[in-house]
Amino acid sequence: MMRFMMTLLAALTLWAMPALAQGNGPLRIEITEGVIEPMPFAAPDFVSDSAAGQELGRNIASVIAADLSGTGLFRQIPSEAHISRITSFESPVQYADWRAVNAQALITGAVSTDGAGRIVAKFRIYDVFSGQELGSGQQLVGTQDGWRRIAHKVADQVYSRITGEGGYFDSRVVFVAESGPKDQRAKRLAIMDYDGANTQYLTDSASIVLAPRFSPTGDRVLYTSYETGFPRIYVLDVANVGRRELPTLDGTMSFAPRFAPNGRTVVYSLTQGGNTDLYTMDVGSGASTRLTTAPSIETAPSYNPDGSQIVFESDRSGTPQLYVMSAGGGEARRISFGEGRYGTPVWSPRGDLVAFTKQSKGRFHIGVMRTDGSEERLLTASFLDEGPTWAPNGRVIMFTRETQGAQGQASLYSVDITGRNLKAVPTNTGASDPSWSPLQN
Amino acid sequence: MTYLSKTLILCAGLALAACTNPDRFDNGNSVDLNNGAGAGLAGSAQDPTSAAYFQQAVGDRVLFEVDQPTLNATAQSTLDGQANWLMTNRDFTAVIEGHADEQGTREYNLALGARRANAVQEYLITQGVAPNRLRVVSFGKERPIEICSNEACYTKNRRAVTVLAAGLGS
Repeated sequence: MMRFMMTLLAALTLWAMPALAQGNGPLRIEITEGVIEPMPFAAPDFVSDSAAGQELGRNIASVIAADLSGTGLFRQIPSEAHISRITSFESPVQYADWRAVNAQALITGAVSTDGAGRIVAKFRIYDVFSGQELGSGQQLVGTQDGWRRIAHKVADQVYSRITGEGGYFDSRVVFVAESGPKDQRAKRLAIMDYDGANTQYLTDSASIVLAPRFSPTGDRVLYTSYETGFPRIYVLDVANVGRRELPTLDGTMSFAPRFAPNGRTVVYSLTQGGNTDLYTMDVGSGASTRLTTAPSIETAPSYNPDGSQIVFESDRSGTPQLYVMSAGGGEARRISFGEGRYGTPVWSPRGDLVAFTKQSKGRFHIGVMRTDGSEERLLTASFLDEGPTWAPNGRVIMFTRETQGAQGQASLYSVDITGRNLKAVPTNTGASDPSWSPLQN
Repeated sequence: MTYLSKTLILCAGLALAACTNPDRFDNGNSVDLNNGAGAGLAGSAQDPTSAAYFQQAVGDRVLFEVDQPTLNATAQSTLDGQANWLMTNRDFTAVIEGHADEQGTREYNLALGARRANAVQEYLITQGVAPNRLRVVSFGKERPIEICSNEACYTKNRRAVTVLAAGLGS
């Protein structure tokens, strides 16, 4: 198996002019105010001395542009429209030429290979209309097959400097790759870049696998597998694909695991005698603690970012609804009160919102609400949407959409928390149960 | 077909009860798991001591209302037959598989299927089947037997199936 964590020596060498204080310039997108008109930008090919380098430079620019355009917040000015050509990274930028094509942001770069065969990329971001560089230029060093990560890191910088929000492009998604018809669907774990590139399979499809979940640092994945004939929880090491089963009681089922922010504790559902309750387990020792004792269904738990609270799904009121309780258990308070059934709540990495699945009047929705249940907003509607996962910056949600009928297939979609920019995430096969990693280092 | 062959190998190796489940693959696929994996389990439907007879004549499954684990009169009658058969044919154990239709989230349906399987298990035990011969598992909405997206299919998918396995100690 290939190494996932390439050593990206983000030396971030600052060699350019002093930085503008971030966000002080006029080049600014206020995401929260609901952008209607995407910001036009130009991302010419990164320049290079060699033919191989020029192709790499073209590919890097193309991934940067796809990342930015894919947010719906930016719009690329195609290279055919450019008046000015970037032939040297160090030459002064002809602002007038970029203003003439209405490029508000300009990203330039150069790519070369160092003595050790690594890619060295430099980039600068310009605020065209104020005629200034936006922040400092940076240098990134990575392996040859890690060029897409370099591009994602540049795009994260552009996104971050212009929106003031964290980026999310240099991230991965673990999910369930699906094939075959509904009644004999084969499922296996897969991992890919957030944009669908570099897919690798982590398990075979001999057993049903469900709902993989990244650890807080992205180094491990929890998932549920039927390989013993019964659903049990496994933890998989992403780098070497080694895996082990978490301890379990005979005659029980365990599923719906999620890591606590400490990366050591797992909260999950355990079913015994037909009753499903929430438990935690210390991954190292295997010691478990029971959190709920109700005769109702308690499942789909998710921690808040500081690990002090858990949001989960329970049908103790008669229908599935969302509840919040202390991470140690105890009394829970209901937070969902709208019409319909609520499930799979996931606390946002920013801590401000809970994403959820809602079933109402025969339709499924992905929605968000504040953590006290107020300000519920539905972002999607379809025959079957479920299982939201947050982008590292808490601005975008990815989820499973399954189509109706005998030919129904599952695929991944993403949507902004504004409800805008709903789009399919490209995958090689059918796909479900995405879990978005944190930003990579 | 690697999926099928791997499953067959796994089943043969573990002699796992769930592997005789006829729901797992549709019959049109011409993979006869009863001959392959469950050697000796299936037998002829004419033989009242065979797993095939249990499946077809006794009835290996009961159906449920939306979101419910309640056993109606039809289900109880089927389970009475299952209990009688199991008490007569003591060489068999069984795994009770609970299933849900596709309306609902993955996690909730797993828990709901477990409630259904458990309701069947408890009923069979009250009818006299030894608890150590019965295990339960839920597949949630992962293994529908009918694949359309309307009530005609959903009603058949909301089920608990009693899947026979080799006997105790085997």
